[in-house]
Amino acid sequence: MRAKAKLYPKEAARLLREKPGVREAVTGATLHFERNRLKAYAEVPIEAWRERAKAVKDHVLSHLDRYLELAERRLRENGVQVHWAETPEDAHRVLREVVQRHGVKRAVKAKSMLTEELGVNPLLEALGVEVYETDLGEYLIQLLGEPPSHIVGPAIHLSLEEIQRLFHQRFGTPLDAPPEALAQVARNVLREAFLTAELGISGANFLVAETGTLALMENEGNIRLSTSLPRVHVAFVGIEKLLPRFSDLALFLPLTARAATGQRLATFVSLIQGPAKEGEEGPEEVHVVLVDNGRTTLLADPEAWETLRCLRCGACLNACPVYRQTGGHPYGYVYSGPIGAVLDPGLLSLEEAYPLPYASTLCGACLEACPVKIPIPKLLLTWRHRAVAEGLTPSWEKGAMRAFRKVMESPALYRLFSKGLRGLPLPQDLLPLLRAWTEGRGPLKPSPKPFHELWKEVERGG
Amino acid sequence: MRVALFITCLADQFYAEAGVAAVKLLRALGVEVDFPQGQTCCGQPAFNAGYWDEARPLAKRTLEVFEEAEYVVLPSGSCTSMVKNHYPELLPGNREALAMAEKTYELSQFLVRVLGVEKLGEGLKGRKVAYHHGCHALRELGVREEPLLLLQNAGAEVLPWEAGEECCGFGGLFSVKLPEVSLAMADRKLATLPKAEVLTSTDAGCLLHLAGRLGKKGENLRVAPLATLLWEAYAG
Repeated sequence: MRAKAKLYPKEAARLLREKPGVREAVTGATLHFERNRLKAYAEVPIEAWRERAKAVKDHVLSHLDRYLELAERRLRENGVQVHWAETPEDAHRVLREVVQRHGVKRAVKAKSMLTEELGVNPLLEALGVEVYETDLGEYLIQLLGEPPSHIVGPAIHLSLEEIQRLFHQRFGTPLDAPPEALAQVARNVLREAFLTAELGISGANFLVAETGTLALMENEGNIRLSTSLPRVHVAFVGIEKLLPRFSDLALFLPLTARAATGQRLATFVSLIQGPAKEGEEGPEEVHVVLVDNGRTTLLADPEAWETLRCLRCGACLNACPVYRQTGGHPYGYVYSGPIGAVLDPGLLSLEEAYPLPYASTLCGACLEACPVKIPIPKLLLTWRHRAVAEGLTPSWEKGAMRAFRKVMESPALYRLFSKGLRGLPLPQDLLPLLRAWTEGRGPLKPSPKPFHELWKEVERGG
Repeated sequence: MRVALFITCLADQFYAEAGVAAVKLLRALGVEVDFPQGQTCCGQPAFNAGYWDEARPLAKRTLEVFEEAEYVVLPSGSCTSMVKNHYPELLPGNREALAMAEKTYELSQFLVRVLGVEKLGEGLKGRKVAYHHGCHALRELGVREEPLLLLQNAGAEVLPWEAGEECCGFGGLFSVKLPEVSLAMADRKLATLPKAEVLTSTDAGCLLHLAGRLGKKGENLRVAPLATLLWEAYAG
């Protein structure tokens, strides 16, 4: 996916101005997810779960080479064809080869953020393959030609009216068709696709190293169908998705479900152990593409590697009051919200993603929500510091910060500034900041006298 | 017991009454209060924006200004967290930073946890209060119950607020770097505001932002820093 993260400030403002409905839809949906998460966390010893999950992930990440080799061995023993993709182009090569060898005309896709990263849909379309996103939300945004706006709920920014309008134009359903009727229309289209597609594409929530098991969580049954009906299944798996032992799933499946949607467990959990054996039904060929795409660079980063613990549950998006105002689109890359703000600079480059770490008030709600305790506020600060060190911030801001330091380093200048605030013209560098403040909040009203002047009176009075 | 008041630049400029109230209250509770003259800003705006080279000298000079203090008390959760949590990160290996982190407290935190005071008086009897949990007080310092306890024990009714623990959208420079998002956040917060007589919080930044937004919407609610209400709790 082409990144437009640089445009975040403009795009966020534009969306708030031009599409106020998005804010309403996203706020409603995320608050709903958030309430459910809080309830689901409260039912279990969540602190112990989070600590344990963090420890397991840290262990895997610290021994990733070993676990990747073990996973590869087990996958091959299970009859799975394993491919390594350092870049999106590597992943494309694998997919192109599969498509051409099997003469694939139609593919069904399970929801996967990694395939967004890799640009799988554009590639398939270029190869003349008809692609169906089969998660209902993904299907909607595919029809609209939009990227997902949330990791778990890709279409949460849409209102019912927008979906009704879309289906009316596309399938001729009445403009007031109830959601059930719309879902039925989608179901009919997708059933046909499931039954006729030669290729199923998915991501994976986890890959268990000791058994070579792919674990996939979902609520609609479309992942089960996408990975079992077509003759060929290709799963794209980020190398950070490994778990050491099968028994780790006993923690990670319920923890991810509780964090993502507040469910105790996802409605469907598929554990895939390779292609169908003699007498079994299922795909003849299963491919696992282990994808790096910037992850080893992030892993080697002593200040940012913890980002790789991420389970892609979306809990931090739901908890984030900044994300809630706009949804994911203004962030301009696959991953949005708090995790996107710290993951995207690592996966892309800071230059491409530099405004994203500033898309936060550092309120800390993301850290409280995160099931694997990724220190997102600390990571945001780290990326901001790097942005400044690399000279990516605007020059007016650099000037303002230099002026700020000068004033605050000297009590005498500070007192002068204090007087200036009460009448004298303000330093030029601060003016754009002032305007940005007063437009929405009215003029700044300093106290008649600053406290440091009142102190003399208070001191005497005491 | 001797306390050095760190007024913080925002309260100094925009909520000077918080400083007056804090001094009166601490003295009334038998604490001697100093106001070190060299103090300016803790450096948080620069630190949070990534300008650590600009923040570091401000942190260092703040350490010097408060070196002699037995306790440092601030009418701000955010600046307290800057000193307590972020000075040691900004100045790794700096012993003075660790020492200052140990002795620095947000006002309500100091009253409850250090002085052991839970009831200041009954000066807020029947007052309907909306309390905004400043994010850094709440999530970085763990100050959740202290302000509520002090307000309620003084007779105030702290009204339930659906978005009471949500960020107001101030976020320091965030408020001017992403003003549209910042204002949308304030509007969400204020849309759920209960019918109170006064809106209060530990943090001047949040109050400035929320008061500005209320004013812009033509609403005439009293907005007062927590320190002011705590003094009223004591003095009636």
